[in-house]
Amino acid sequence: MSDSRGRYWQTNLRYVAILLTIWFAVSYGAGILFVEQLNRIRIAGFQLGFWFAQQGAIYVFVVLIFVYVALMNRLDRRHELDEQEDIR
Amino acid sequence: MNVQGWTFLLVAASFAVYIGVAMWARASSTGEFYVAAARVPPVLNGMATAADWMSAASFISMAGLIAFMGRDGSVYLMGWTGGYVLLALLLAPYLRKFGKYTVPDFVGDRYYSQTARIVAVVCAIFVSFTYVAGQMRGVGIVFSRFLGVGINEGVFIGMAIVFFYAVLGGMKGITYTQVAQYCVLIFAYLVPAIFISLLMTGIAVPQIGFGNTLADGSGMYLLDRLDGLSQELGFGRYTSGTKETLDVFFITAALMVGTAGLPHVIVRFYTVPKVRAARSSAGWALLFIALLYTTAPAVAAFARTNLLTTISDRPYDDVPTWFTNWEATGLIAFEDKNGDGVIQYRGPASETPNELTIDRDIMVLANPEIARLPAWVVGLVAAGGLAAALSTAAGLLLVISTSVAHDLLKKAIRPSITEHQELLTARIAAGLAVIVAGYFGINPPGFVAEVVALAFGLAAASFFPAIILGIFYKRMNKYGAVFGMVAGITFTAGYIIFFKLVHPELNHADHWLFGISPEGIGTVGMLINVTVALVVSSMTPAPPVAIQRLVDDIRVPRGAGPGHEVTA
Repeated sequence: MSDSRGRYWQTNLRYVAILLTIWFAVSYGAGILFVEQLNRIRIAGFQLGFWFAQQGAIYVFVVLIFVYVALMNRLDRRHELDEQEDIR
Repeated sequence: MNVQGWTFLLVAASFAVYIGVAMWARASSTGEFYVAAARVPPVLNGMATAADWMSAASFISMAGLIAFMGRDGSVYLMGWTGGYVLLALLLAPYLRKFGKYTVPDFVGDRYYSQTARIVAVVCAIFVSFTYVAGQMRGVGIVFSRFLGVGINEGVFIGMAIVFFYAVLGGMKGITYTQVAQYCVLIFAYLVPAIFISLLMTGIAVPQIGFGNTLADGSGMYLLDRLDGLSQELGFGRYTSGTKETLDVFFITAALMVGTAGLPHVIVRFYTVPKVRAARSSAGWALLFIALLYTTAPAVAAFARTNLLTTISDRPYDDVPTWFTNWEATGLIAFEDKNGDGVIQYRGPASETPNELTIDRDIMVLANPEIARLPAWVVGLVAAGGLAAALSTAAGLLLVISTSVAHDLLKKAIRPSITEHQELLTARIAAGLAVIVAGYFGINPPGFVAEVVALAFGLAAASFFPAIILGIFYKRMNKYGAVFGMVAGITFTAGYIIFFKLVHPELNHADHWLFGISPEGIGTVGMLINVTVALVVSSMTPAPPVAIQRLVDDIRVPRGAGPGHEVTA
């Protein structure tokens, strides 16, 4: 049981690390640190760096949370650590 | 019907809905009062969180800020949304598993220390009061411009409404009222944005419209036109920033971490039935917030383009009526420096002196009038602004009353009080907090805007590291947590107070530490907190075994309590 819990926690930490890397890349990376380089690329009226800073990063944030929700729901079930339905 | 008629009608109708909802959902136990008995479905909690979070600042001020700051305004867009990723991945599920009612509850129990609890309570109360003063001010501005009553009467009306549903309804009343308020505010934000996007670019989706060509037949991209106009008038390109990259980085981080550490946001995740629901409700919250936050930069670009094309170099005798309306409130002012009767609106890089001052806060409210939209749209925006301000104010007042009744009285001063007495105290505290907030709304301290930076900075430098370390580092003990929080707060508060209040004349990049502005210093405060906490805890005894078991327990969802089974 405690071994399973250990693996559960390690997997959780790995998911968090991967998702936060993406979180960092789209906001601090694309929107701030490399904004000028990306601005040389244009999509319609948007310069790409500007688009990430004012639009793209936010869309990715929303997706990241729902991906985490799905991953963790699966992980909870695999380790039989999910909440039972009898709790109201 | 004219603008004022529509405004009266829409504001009155929305207020009637809020009061109706509050009566239907009033609280009868402390569990219901503090956390709506942990029975709020995740989608509704997401909506309520969105309304709670999006304040008068988001609704009224943010698009205006971006319109005037251009790309630098992105710090608010990313900073105030990115924090939800941190909440969902690092905080919400564990705090829900922990249960209880408040952030100081977690800090006090996890660090088995009354000192830690008191430090957390003081921070929670300070952060919340700072915020609430700004909300009441927003209510006043909307009332004075659109309903023809004075700012003071406007604040009184706002106080009465909030008093009614926060004091009676507690968290349960607030939550369901906030769901209604979210619907009003998002509708009120999107309708004018869609209208203006159609008018200017021919595309109904503002998020796409502002990257498109203008509908005037020129075939020019809107953002290119805006860049060109801005440069011509000496403002610098709209899509380029003027802030240093490092500063932008630190400000964004401080706002993100601060968001994830704000007590009135965190407490929302105690209100859902399960750990699983806490995770997904953070996702819903951000989705609902993103609807407004991705529209805001479009509104900003439209408003800025409209402003530059309609006002600049126009004879003063020929200005549109919205200009004269807002002039009456003193939020827009024209000074004819060269006496030619023409409005020269110029930026710092222009040789012609600038003759126009515009308060950034009026952009969203004036936008429908600038674009000559129908009167009902203008009235709708007023109702939306009020919904945003009232929903946030109510959430904050609840944090204040909970802190006083639960964290201070019940947990620290007189543990023997009955639930009935505690509930009564919470209601009295909410009532008093409304009055204090109203006072600040009527007599705003000159430094409201300045202390908002302090609120975020303190949340980032105190709660966030203490909670994260409490969950992810089992060895963290009370000495580390307390010293870390105190070091983080002292540094952050000291830096901001020094530059904002003591020596505002020194407040520019040459004097800043590593070129980091007071807005971004919370990030440094957070790093100091973490460093001090790790060092101190490594030199002091490990936390008791019971606490280490508690940490093991909050890391897994199974066994989360069924919410708060408190009997009235």
